[in-house]
Formats: sequence, C-alpha cells, structure tokens
Amino acid sequence: MLRVELEHVSKRYRLGHRTNLREAITAAASRPLHGRTSRDELWSLRDVSLSVGDGEALGILGRNGAGKSTVLKILAGITAPTSGVSRTRGRVAPLLEVGTGFHPELTGRENVYLNGAVLGMSRRDITRRFSEIVEFSGVERFLDTPVKRYSSGMYLRLAFSVAAHLEPDVLVVDEILAVGDAEFQRRCLGRMQEAEQEGRTLVFVSHDLDSLARLCPRSVWLDAGEVRESGPSSEVVRHYLADGLAQGAAGRVLSAGPVTVHRVDVRTDQAPAGSPLLRDDPLVVEVDLELDEELPGVDLALYVSDTRSVRILDEALSDRTPGVLHRGRQRVRLRVPPMLNVGDFTVGLWVGTAHEDLVDEPAAATFSLHGHDRGRPDRVVVADLPFEVEPA
Amino acid sequence: MSGPAPAAPAWRENGGRDGLREPVLAALWRARDLVWFFVLRDLRVRYSQAVLGVVWVLLQPAATVVVFTFVFARLARVGSDGIPYPLFALAGMVVWTYFSGAVSRGSEALVGNPELVTKVSFPRVAAPAAAVLSPLVDLVVSLALLAVLLLVYRRSPGWAVLATPLWLVLVVLAALGTSLWLSALNVRFRDVKQALGPVLQVWLFASPVAYPSSALEGGTALLYALNPMVGVIGLARWSLLGGPWPGWPLAVSSGVVLAVLVSGAAYFRRAQREFADVI
Repeated sequence: MLRVELEHVSKRYRLGHRTNLREAITAAASRPLHGRTSRDELWSLRDVSLSVGDGEALGILGRNGAGKSTVLKILAGITAPTSGVSRTRGRVAPLLEVGTGFHPELTGRENVYLNGAVLGMSRRDITRRFSEIVEFSGVERFLDTPVKRYSSGMYLRLAFSVAAHLEPDVLVVDEILAVGDAEFQRRCLGRMQEAEQEGRTLVFVSHDLDSLARLCPRSVWLDAGEVRESGPSSEVVRHYLADGLAQGAAGRVLSAGPVTVHRVDVRTDQAPAGSPLLRDDPLVVEVDLELDEELPGVDLALYVSDTRSVRILDEALSDRTPGVLHRGRQRVRLRVPPMLNVGDFTVGLWVGTAHEDLVDEPAAATFSLHGHDRGRPDRVVVADLPFEVEPA
Repeated sequence: MSGPAPAAPAWRENGGRDGLREPVLAALWRARDLVWFFVLRDLRVRYSQAVLGVVWVLLQPAATVVVFTFVFARLARVGSDGIPYPLFALAGMVVWTYFSGAVSRGSEALVGNPELVTKVSFPRVAAPAAAVLSPLVDLVVSLALLAVLLLVYRRSPGWAVLATPLWLVLVVLAALGTSLWLSALNVRFRDVKQALGPVLQVWLFASPVAYPSSALEGGTALLYALNPMVGVIGLARWSLLGGPWPGWPLAVSSGVVLAVLVSGAAYFRRAQREFADVI
C-alpha cells in the first residue's frame, strides 16, 4: 500500500511578490499597459513524481535550493503545488523545525500542550502521552519553569520529545539534525529508527548522507527541482558525491567582486592526476585564484568536512603567512598529511577580509579516500598516536 | 509505543483546484483544541507580564467614558436614551473595546506567527479565531465594572440581561468575520496594519458609542445600521441598561455581520493555500 504519492508536482514561487496595497493598486491600474511578466518566477520543483510505500523510509538528497524542503512542505500540506497532485494516507507529521510554536513565556508543561496541538494532536492524545514525553525529554524538574529559562539543550530535547510522540502514519523530517549536540542527534536518529521499526513511513531530508543511507534503503536525488536519480540509497549517494567531484574537477569558476577562483583541486603527488586517492596519500589542496586589485587584509581559508558535515579541518592562510595574497593570478597550496579516514569529503573555500566575505563556497571540491578503514569506520581522524605501557 | 494505525485510511490530496482549501467551518472544528491552547497562550502571556493586568483592561474604556461624558454629555449635550450618560457610554465602550481589540489582534494573527505558517500545517483559521476569542476575558472584566456602575446609579437591567449571550455571539461573529478578511489580506498586503488604526478610529465615531442611534429614523436608520456595530451596541444597551429595542436596524446589522462572516470565510478559504508562500 502506498502512503505518499507525488504525481507530476511542480511548484512556482513568485519573487518580489507585491506585499503592499498601494503598489497592488498602482499595478492593477497599469496592468492593461504592461501585462504580466514571468521574469520574477522561480520554479522550485518541476514535474516531480515519487511514491513511498507503507512502512518504507525514503531519503531525499540534493544541494541547497534543489527543492528538498519544498517537497516536504507540499506533502505535509503546508503549501500547495502549482500543478500536479500530492497524496498522503493517514496522519502526516512534519518535523521541519524543532519547537515551532514554543512560546518563551510559557512553562514547559504549557508548551508541551501548545506544541502538541500545533502539530495536530488532540488534548486527549497529549494528556495520554504526557508522562512519556516528559520522561523522554528528561526535563521533569523544570516542567513548571518558563522555557525562556531553559538551556538550549533542554529546550531542544523537550521540543523534539513532543514531536517524537506524535504517532504519525507518515513522519516527515527535514534537516533537524543540524541543531543540537551529538547526544541530541543520537536521540533523534534513534527515535526515527524506532518509528521505522514500528512500521511508520518516513521521509527524511538530510545533508548527513551517512545517516540518510543508514535510515533509508531508498533515496531520491533532487537536482534543480527535478528528480535526477531514484534508487537504492548507497548508489544514489555515491553518484551524488561523484557528481560533486565531477563538478569540482570540471573547474566551476567562482567569482565575486574582485576575486575569481579558477580551480579548486585535491590531488596527491604520489600518483598521476586522476587516479583514486588512498587513505595513506599525503594530499594537496590547490586553489588558483585571481585578484583584480590589491585587497588590504585579504585572507583565504580552506575547510574539509565529512559527509556528516563535521568540519575536520579549517585552515586560514593568515594563521601562519598573513599578507601573501596580491593582485594578479596565483596558486595557493595546502598540504594535508595522511590523517583522514576512508570516506567522502568536501572542501570548502572562503576568501574575504575582516569586513566582508567575498567567496564562501562550502562545496568548492569533493574527494573520496579509498582503502581500508581498519575496522574503525566511525573515527574521523587517523592519528596513530603512540601508547606507552610500562610496569607500575 | 502502540502499533501502526489501522490500514488504508483515505487519500488526502494536496493539489488541483481544492488543494489546501478546507472549508473554514470544518477546519475550525478540527482545530478546536488548538484554538483553546492559542487562547490560553494569549491570556497567559498577556496577564503574566503585567501585574496590573486587570487595571489596564479597565483603564481604557473607563478613561474614554470620562472624556466622552465631559465632551458629549456636558459640552455638546448629546442625549442618551434616558439612561445616565456614563452608563450609556460605558456599555457602548465595553462592546467597542472588545470589537476593536479583537479585530486588531485578529488581523495580526497570521503575520504575527510566520514560523507557524511556514513550518506546520495546522488549520490556519485557528489563529484568527483564537485572537478573536481571547479578548472576551477583558470584555467580561469590563462588564464587572459596568455592573458596579449600575449599582452606583441604582439601576437594574431587568430580564433583558438574560439576552447577553445573544449580543455576545453577534459581536464575536462580527469580529471573526472582519478578522478572517483582514488576517488573510494582511498576509498579502502588509499595509493593512497601517490602515487599520485610522479605520478603527473613524469607525469608533461612526458607531453609536458616544451618542444614541435613536436620533435617526426610518430609511436613514436602516442605512446607518449597515455598520454592524449599530445593531450590536443597540442590542447590548437594550439587554444591559434597558435601552430601546433596536428593531429593524438590528436585522440589517445582523445581515451585514452574516454577510461579512460568510464572505470572509470564503476569501480565507481561497487565500489560505498561498499563506506559506507569501508570508
């Protein structure tokens, strides 16, 4: 049985929508002369079809602005498609943000009821689940304290706990793992896994491709509002990352004001260009950039993140060698000794001054390290630190 | 956790002509618990921060009545249907204060909570409905002040006081209809908020708060009753103070209330599918 079905769904947003009565009247008066223009339109989704069966978990991945959130909003009934139809069976619980509708002046107890009702629970449902919600959140002692006095961790835990006890037929989750600490994220993932085991249907958007692949056997890759690929998550994730790599290697030129970045590459001196990178290779991140003018205080930073968006490295040129970038074209090299584990990585590039960000591209390049993880896939840094053992 | 819900509930569609266009009445029923919690939130927030909460509620109508008594009764010698003027003005002011407060809150109900509109799919109508209901508490408090004043003037409202629910329902429906229009328009046109202040100011003096509507007769009186507050305030004065029965103007005003409500619900239903995109 299908629980969720999107049929040829497209969504158009109008940019610069008239939000002013006076302007609307002026525009209405001049319409016969000008007619409607389409240049202010943005198609967030184009002809997207997908379906999710009962008890199935579907992952949705794609770059920022690919339309992932729009899909969720349409199937949660928050916004209507411009054309096409979205169908859902049973109760749909959208978890697009943790704590929507929480009011700082209200106590934890009051907010549980308010938030539960906002998410579609009846008063009876909430009362029935109240003790479970409180227990899961771990904030019993502060139930009658206004949530404005909560730490952000407590706040998140309580908010997530309400959402986690909705008992929906279809759970729709957007990037909520971006907030909170590791412990909180573990709870979220655990709860979603539970929901899946209980036979609930799950639609999950995340940049954390690792968790996505673990939770969802099947994924859909959205690219510029269209379905690029749909299939087993492991394959879709691999192609998605490879695409990022291809785009990086293809030399997408980034340009902003006086700065032009011609190329960002990751390679190793140990092997000919284009061959796969191994875990034990020393890496070189190479940036070709051009400055149209002298920029006082200009700086460059490179950062490397893994698929869970954990930022492993973040190195700025000015840390050791300030004031070396000048007008003209130059090549910047960052040497990274073998220290990363096997996996997929993105390289972010930032160029700017103390006053402004000129270029900030979180996925300027991607690369994969191959080889063996020595049975420890979860470690981020491979440091091979020395132990000392002596009789004591 | 209990098991998954029983199999095969009906499809719910989002798309096509009727996507996200749940009729307002059905949505209101579905969201009845939510309306209640919104009202509680409003009251908690409003009263917990102001120690003198009740005093503030009474201050505005009371001060206005003092000014009206001086200007309209003493200087302009405006009549008051044989009722002591302060009583007469306070009854009108109590009803008006509720209406203008409810409409102001109602028009802000959606744009004041953008995160709710863009992140959750709750029945949108719950927001203006709650905004219209929560100032009822202030109204009840003000009615207590009116009761005290009745004692001071040694007047008894008589059996007509039992008709209080009638004018209460009428004024709530008037506020709800207006708020459905304004809350939805406000999402689209942000200067609705700027316009509302002056409009309410004019509306106050266009309503029989400081003066009686009995000065008008026949066709003019019916025309005047197109302002729904004419019927509402007339009915309230009849019920609370033993004023004259409002008669046909009440029928006209009630008709207008109904028309605004029905058209407001229709407009809200049509506009709601775009709220999340435009807000």
